Amino acid sequence: MVPNDRKYTRDHEWVMVEGNVAKMGITAHAAEALGDIVYVELPAVGDEVAMGESYCVVESVKASSSVFSAVNGTVVEINEELDGAPEKLNEDAFENFIAAVEFTEITEDLMDADEYEKFCEEEA
Amino acid sequence: MRSEYKLIFERSHEGRRAYDLPECDAPDAMDQIPEELKANSELALPEIAEVDLVRHYTNLSRRNFGVDNGFYPLGSCTMKYNPKINEELAVAFDDMHPLLDASMSQGCLALMKDMEDMLCEICGMDAFTLQPAAGAHGELTGLMHIRAYHEHRGDFERKVMIVPDAAHGTNPASAAMAGFKVKEIKSAPDGGVDLDALRAAVGPDTAGLMLTNPSTLGLFERNIKEIAKIVHEAGGLLYYDGANLNAIMGIVRPGDMGFDVMHINLHKTFSTPHGGGGPGSGPVGVKKHLIPFMPVPRIEEDENEMYYLDYNKPESIGKIKSFYGNFGVIVKAFCYIRSLGGEGLKEASENAVLNANYVMNKLRGVYDIPHDRICMHECVVTPTEEMMKNEVHTSDIAKALIDRGYHPPTIYFPLIVHEAMMIEPTESEARETLDEFVEAMKGIAEQVKTDPAAIHAAPVTTPVGRPDEVTAARKPIVKYEG
Amino acid sequence: MKSYVPNTEKERLEMLAEIGMQSMDDLFVDIPEDLKLSRPLDLPKALTETELRELISCYTIMNEEGGPVLRGAGAYRHYIPSVIPQLAMRSEFYTAYTPYQAEMSQGMLQSLFEYQTMICRLTGLDAANASVYDGATAAAESMLMLRDNKRKKKILYSAGLNPDVITVMKTYAHCAELELVEIPLTDKGVTDVSAIAENMDGAAGVIAASPNYFGCIEPMAAIAEAAHAKNGLLVAYVNPITLGVLARPADYGADIAIGDGQPLGLPLAFGGPYVGFMAATKKLMRNLPGRIAGETRDAEGNRVFVLTLQAREQHIRREMASSNICSNQMLCAIMASMYCAVMGPKGMKEVGEQNVNKAHLLAKKLTAIDGVKLRWPDTPFFNEFVIDLPDAEKVDKLLADYSITGGLVLPDGGMLWCATEMNRADEFDFICDVIENKGGEE
Repeated sequence: MVPNDRKYTRDHEWVMVEGNVAKMGITAHAAEALGDIVYVELPAVGDEVAMGESYCVVESVKASSSVFSAVNGTVVEINEELDGAPEKLNEDAFENFIAAVEFTEITEDLMDADEYEKFCEEEA
Repeated sequence: MRSEYKLIFERSHEGRRAYDLPECDAPDAMDQIPEELKANSELALPEIAEVDLVRHYTNLSRRNFGVDNGFYPLGSCTMKYNPKINEELAVAFDDMHPLLDASMSQGCLALMKDMEDMLCEICGMDAFTLQPAAGAHGELTGLMHIRAYHEHRGDFERKVMIVPDAAHGTNPASAAMAGFKVKEIKSAPDGGVDLDALRAAVGPDTAGLMLTNPSTLGLFERNIKEIAKIVHEAGGLLYYDGANLNAIMGIVRPGDMGFDVMHINLHKTFSTPHGGGGPGSGPVGVKKHLIPFMPVPRIEEDENEMYYLDYNKPESIGKIKSFYGNFGVIVKAFCYIRSLGGEGLKEASENAVLNANYVMNKLRGVYDIPHDRICMHECVVTPTEEMMKNEVHTSDIAKALIDRGYHPPTIYFPLIVHEAMMIEPTESEARETLDEFVEAMKGIAEQVKTDPAAIHAAPVTTPVGRPDEVTAARKPIVKYEG
Repeated sequence: MKSYVPNTEKERLEMLAEIGMQSMDDLFVDIPEDLKLSRPLDLPKALTETELRELISCYTIMNEEGGPVLRGAGAYRHYIPSVIPQLAMRSEFYTAYTPYQAEMSQGMLQSLFEYQTMICRLTGLDAANASVYDGATAAAESMLMLRDNKRKKKILYSAGLNPDVITVMKTYAHCAELELVEIPLTDKGVTDVSAIAENMDGAAGVIAASPNYFGCIEPMAAIAEAAHAKNGLLVAYVNPITLGVLARPADYGADIAIGDGQPLGLPLAFGGPYVGFMAATKKLMRNLPGRIAGETRDAEGNRVFVLTLQAREQHIRREMASSNICSNQMLCAIMASMYCAVMGPKGMKEVGEQNVNKAHLLAKKLTAIDGVKLRWPDTPFFNEFVIDLPDAEKVDKLLADYSITGGLVLPDGGMLWCATEMNRADEFDFICDVIENKGGEE
């Protein structure tokens, strides 16, 4: 199920806004497409991120995939659990954020849960 | 029979030894080194008797597979036979120190110079450097020439290297390492460069285009003249990835196709053994306008016909490796070229292409051929839709081939072909080997229908089964902890 | 004429017929006619094995070798136990390629895993890669590791690195747009630690060699401290054959250890193939470039070796990969590993001691000659040292007349000498005689 407490990008990322902080992660659909995730190359707290630019790389055994930011801003928190346990993204991608960003601007090109589900169906 | 094999560290017995050294005829001087600069413990290395060491590695070698064991049609890698005479002759130079005075190393310098000249003739280039140690290293070196060329003209805007999506992974990686931004262009439906996409991609920021020809699909780029024209008119240079040179020796030359700079893999085209993944050698050839940027030293001849190493090349990119390259590898490739001569090289290419077409023709109808036209030295086939319905993928077919005594083709490459199997037989294989391989491929296709579970269980004849690669990557163990 | 194509003319024609072609030319119809080479390649005529043997002898005769060698400067003459070349010539090893198919490549993969373990034990560090081209490219790659790990483009390096290594680093740094800052040597011939402290601001780390190019053993602990004090990393460039007797990189706090493995069982071979080794702390493991072998299990629970952490590499990350390396020096790496196994802990210690002893004896004999001085008499050295003398060029020529490859003449007029376990005390006496008598007693 795609939770409806957050928004989604066309690159299969989710973003959940609380005040001026955006928590970001990848969707279950993305995690499944990647297969067994073996490593998450996390950003560092204090990193500047920019809309549409990669801030994280997720690796499976035979693939690596960039994760793009939906916001402009500064990383204030990262999910360090993913460092030792990347499989958490396979287990529940929506429960496990990658980074929280204090943002100044957020992309307008976002979908809600229904729209995203439809988007995934269309893509398939 | 499945079996683990002990590590050399697990064979250690305190006090055993395989070494001996002559008695030291110099007085002890260890007191000249202060204690704080010395090691504070013995190295934790194994203690092994010589016979145990020999058996360890001999048995390890039996858990490995090389060209001498059997057919190894690994696409893009040109796993041809490695002539034994070349191995024997290369060791003749083993005692040569690289920093000998040129007067004492004339033989080495002459051999290298002669090698450069022969490579120029084979490739239609104006000069070669033998310094790069491998194909990717050659790419990087060649791209540095392109960068230096533009910078030298005062043009610092040319930051974009165009790379087709069918390219080897090293191409974009080398371009990035040389400081270029990579612009990937999609291939046309026929597998060639999409000319419209190329025209749209070039501009004042174009530094060059990297191209493999024949392409990674094993197809000759028929539009090569037009491609060269588009890139050159835009002010860019053309880089030739020589990984597939084995298809065209004596038939067509990169220099004549319009390429400005290229590399060769001596360990592919010129028969030097791959060594389990190296050492290779990646000489780089250039046209006249790039000569000033070549790495130092260059081998030059003085007025007395003596060779010397010239470091005085102010526009040179510098050095990309210690000394002069993988000399020992260069000698073997030199021997190969001198053994075959021009005609022999052409014969090698012709037969490499013949063998690939012969295999492709026989697999038609059993496997899918996404680009079904005359191929060059390799062909790309895929499992049929029916096989995929049985959940049998390229990796399963590869494993099933292992049980039938073959090294699998290159799999999942090129990336633009879903479930690709890239088969490069090389000229070294006899017709009956190809026939038997085709029969094995057909047998697998048949077994997919009757017993797909057996294919999924493959390989069963190897000392170990399919490894758990996910755990290997999630919880990496990269050294012995005992 | 030699041909390695097994198919006969008759077989080739039959194969052509089977694919509906008459001649070889039909295979190449995709190549535009006007691009094709319209003449035979202009190469020397093909040779039989016998003729090839004679040809290679012509080249070897043009070389001059056989006399004593007392030159190192990045390539070292050590004894190579005969088991090493013989085992490396097992053709299951040397005619194989990269072990992508693990099940049929366990021999190579396990050998690599053992090599990585050997390198970890030599350096004291946690992880090693399966090799790079040579020591110089290891240094170049280590700059990229520093950059990626610290996300800084400024890197300090010691002027004591081999000049060839520095040139290669500069070539790579130009492309990566790194800022390289040279740290000078003191009047003791070692890296100026205070200059590191002064230049560390904004730097990712320091690359320093011990023993350095001039043979001096560096105060690596102090260099590490200076780098770490400003949150930088230390890359230690070491000669692996010293590590049975000299302090190991992990002991003095190095984060990365690199070098050329040639002294470990590889022939001089006029400069290559050698092998670049790279080891790092656990934290930096993923920054290591190129292939890495790892241990895992198959479904039955057997220990299996595979290439792992591949998603860092060029064939997957393409332009996002931090290194483009693909082929490395696998067979050379395995030879180095065999050397470590042959020597064991005792052998590595003994060979190190012999090098120290012989070099010090040579230094003593040379400096007994009038006008010859050690440049840095108070600085400890391993198997290389610099002397100053009135006319190095002249001495070099004089020695060459006796087929002696003496110390390397440095651009500043000094001479960099090297003695290993391969040199004998009577060679030293002979050399000193030649120098003292100016060759006059010939």
